[in-house]
Amino acid sequence: MSSIQFHYTVDGNDFTKAGEASSDLKRKLKKMHVPPEIVRRVSIAMYEGEINMVIHAYGGVIDVDIDESRILMVLRDRGPGIPDIEKAMQAGYSTASDKINAMGFGAGMGLPNMKASADSMHIDTELGVGTTVTMQVDLA
Amino acid sequence: MTTIDEVSKLLGAEYLVPPLDPDQAVRSCYAADMMSDVLAFSEYDSCLITGLMNVQVIRTAEIKDLACIIFTRGKLPKPDLVEMAQDKGICIMFSLKSTFNVCGILYENGLRGSRNNE
Repeated sequence: MSSIQFHYTVDGNDFTKAGEASSDLKRKLKKMHVPPEIVRRVSIAMYEGEINMVIHAYGGVIDVDIDESRILMVLRDRGPGIPDIEKAMQAGYSTASDKINAMGFGAGMGLPNMKASADSMHIDTELGVGTTVTMQVDLA
Repeated sequence: MTTIDEVSKLLGAEYLVPPLDPDQAVRSCYAADMMSDVLAFSEYDSCLITGLMNVQVIRTAEIKDLACIIFTRGKLPKPDLVEMAQDKGICIMFSLKSTFNVCGILYENGLRGSRNNE
């Protein structure tokens, strides 16, 4: 089986649209008869990542690659970068503004949730340039 | 196990978007206003109790396969939220009661919290 790819653009200015890419991927995975528990884990990881791109990083692009062994998600933004990844991974730590908190986000659970949902996660970041988060959920 | 319709009746809560299956079982409940907590700790087929009033509540419910959402404190969501819930087939109801009282009533009637956050 060759791989299937999906590409999404995430608009950093539109909080209302945030989550559309994750919602679309979830629908597609269901149609492909991916097991429900895998669909849920992929959806959570991607949704948290997508929201992060909007609230912290001015949006970006998401590329998804699916083959028979795994679902790979690459989330790329041109945001400010993450100064301290270890701190950012701590549950409850957040740099979100009060405005973001009022919208129900910025609890500091995003990155920990992504790590817990995926089988592997890697963050590449450069201050003033952007961040790329790569996550993989295994199918077998 | 308690169904969505039984939850609605216990609370005297009115449907804004009725459930696709009123007899669908509700596995557990989760009360939160922070969506990242819901994403981390709620269970699928559970009932979300919240006062948060933006469309991300609906997206979170979709991502987590929640059974239904109860908006508390008599807050009515805006039409765009209701429309999104309708499009995605997500049941939402609203209660005039406080979050504390909604939780209390459901707990008294046998519903329990998420096993992911005991």
